[in-house]
Amino acid sequence: MLDTTTQAPDAVPETVMELRGLEREFARKPVLAERLMKLVGKAPDTPSLKAVRSVDFAIREGEVLGLVGESGCGKSTLGRMITGIIPPTGGAVTYQGADISAMKGQALKDFTLGVQMIFQDPYASLNPRQRVGEILAEPLRVHGLATDKADIRRRVDAALTEVGLDTSYRDRYPHQFSGGQRQRIGIARALIVEPSFLVCDEPIAALDVSIQAQVINLFLALRAKRNLTYLFISHDLSVVRHIADRVAIMYLGKIVEMAPAQEIFANPAHPYTRTLLEQIPSVKNRKRHFEAVKGEIPSPHKPPSGCAFHPRCPMATARCRAEAPVTREIAPGRTVSCHLHDAN
Amino acid sequence: MTDTSQQLTGQQALGQQGVGEPVPQRRAPIGDTPQRRAMLKRLKRRPSVKGSLIALFLIVVIGLTLPFFAPQNPYDLTSFSVMDNRLAPGSESFEGTRFLLGTDQQGRDMLSAIFYGLRVSLLVGLVSTGLALVIGVCVGLVAAVMGGRIEAMLMRLVDFILGFPTILVALVMLAMIGRGVDKVILAIVVVQWANYARIMRSAALSERRREYVEAAFNLGYGKPRVMFRHIMPNSLNAVLVVATVQIASAITLEATLSFLGVGVPVTQPSLGLLVASGFDYLMSGDYWISLYPGIALLVLIFSLNLVGDRLRTALDPKRS
Ligand SMILES: Nc1ncnc2c1ncn2[C@@H]1O[C@H](COP(=O)(O)OP(=O)(O)OP(=O)(O)O)[C@@H](O)[C@H]1O
Ligand code: SF4
Ligand SMILES: [Mg+2]
Repeated sequence: MLDTTTQAPDAVPETVMELRGLEREFARKPVLAERLMKLVGKAPDTPSLKAVRSVDFAIREGEVLGLVGESGCGKSTLGRMITGIIPPTGGAVTYQGADISAMKGQALKDFTLGVQMIFQDPYASLNPRQRVGEILAEPLRVHGLATDKADIRRRVDAALTEVGLDTSYRDRYPHQFSGGQRQRIGIARALIVEPSFLVCDEPIAALDVSIQAQVINLFLALRAKRNLTYLFISHDLSVVRHIADRVAIMYLGKIVEMAPAQEIFANPAHPYTRTLLEQIPSVKNRKRHFEAVKGEIPSPHKPPSGCAFHPRCPMATARCRAEAPVTREIAPGRTVSCHLHDAN
Repeated sequence: MTDTSQQLTGQQALGQQGVGEPVPQRRAPIGDTPQRRAMLKRLKRRPSVKGSLIALFLIVVIGLTLPFFAPQNPYDLTSFSVMDNRLAPGSESFEGTRFLLGTDQQGRDMLSAIFYGLRVSLLVGLVSTGLALVIGVCVGLVAAVMGGRIEAMLMRLVDFILGFPTILVALVMLAMIGRGVDKVILAIVVVQWANYARIMRSAALSERRREYVEAAFNLGYGKPRVMFRHIMPNSLNAVLVVATVQIASAITLEATLSFLGVGVPVTQPSLGLLVASGFDYLMSGDYWISLYPGIALLVLIFSLNLVGDRLRTALDPKRS
């Protein structure tokens, strides 16, 4: 794999994207009984779900930031907010120094096209009624990036070639492809608008194991060639190990640990990170399959008191149940939120 | 069925070998997806559907080429004579023309009246369904994509319209605006668009959640484009299936309204009006004035329903 962690000593990487106190709440539509109660005046608090709870971090130009957490912890929701697909309900995202919710005109267009998403489910992320050629040509036409037919054709073919697909595929429909090929089409669609930032939402989770490595290598090659920045989402730490420079661990809507990739694998600080690492199949711990972390994932409707991880944490104390830990910097570039690190 | 088709392909293969030149591959027309082809195949396989398709085809052909088929123009008052009124099927007129299905109380040839009536019924059914479909699809799409207050308002209106019995709304409307083919169409559109709006909204809502729609927004496509280019083509199936069945119910509604005397004018009789006009003579034994238009109406509605129903089964995503 590429050694991506070494930076030239004098190059200070610029921050491209910054998340400040980012939150997203989903309100469930009140059922009839609740609406009636409201009419009578005895309104129960409307049930809501905080998918993302106060997330702060910055993504630097050219890096690959891995975002890891169990299913349902809010990774996709975070990704959607960063790409502007859904607005946050609290906090802000800044892209190249400007708040994305206040963007207009050319700035908004630059942001929209500059930050593209690769989706989780290759079977749902392509319009089934469009041919591959139309899927790829549409962004060019809509934004006037290429106008004459020959030019569009040339760029569509170039995009297909870049992701390792045959140019003759442009006349086919998405259902005629395998999952891996579809994911490549999705990548081509994102690349055709020449973005500088890609949010990859578990782009290989739905693929055959035999295909996964190929697609990862494609991401690495594209990064080197186009100087892209990635937010690479995964529920599996071992996937992120191959590609990320830094890793953020997410639990129930919060970032519980963030560190350079090497350090997080060598010396995990948060108990949740440790459990995640223990689950990785390896020769050493004689595990052959990926296993879920023990204990049930708590419902995001009703997060546990104090530290949200305490019902499953082997080190939990009375304090953990009562008091939520704050995020601390335990070493330069390393943050953790756990009471165990309060002493340092 | 399967046997013959296999034989056919076998023969084709043999034929190709014999001639020794490759058959040029036909380019699939736009929108001709393998799913759609499989669906049409399933549709054609049923014998009862075959019958209905043939009947519908005949009716449409007759409706389009009317003047060549009908012995008489029932809209032209000079082409028939009261002298020939209520002649039994098969009898001859004063001037020697034969009335295969008899004549009505004004001396009109029933066969011609039925042909013209079929045309009126079809016209009303197709035009009103088409208009209601367009309105309903747009309203449903806008509601699903815009959400919020716009959606709430539109769907309240839909609930309001669907809350009343169809026939009642149409009756009241026509009582106010008067008779006429255009007015009947208007009344049917008013009572039927809400159906499509509701179905379209729920189909569009479920489509909206799919990732390709998020991708479209992510690529900076405007709402109208996402609505009409992406969501609409993928959620149209449900509404189209209902529409095929609704053509029949539009025709029934028109017939009912005309039968009740608020539909089409007497000078442009539809099947419903013909049935109504023969109703008074039914007791005196002149059954043909009501019976034959009634049978024509029945065949038309039955075929439409059967085809629509099979279309529904064929389009069922669980089968494809
Ligand atoms: N549009 C929505 N409306 C209501 N709840 C939502 C919505 N989108 C996500 N959620 C909820 O927010 C939580 C986080 O969802 P999200 O899709 O971000 O998780 P995830 O980490 O991407 O999980 P996965 O690994 O399964 O993709 C889940 O509990 C989910 O049910
Ligand atoms: S704060 Fe307590 S419960 Fe939470 S992770 Fe740290 S030790 Fe475990
Ligand atoms: Mg997800």
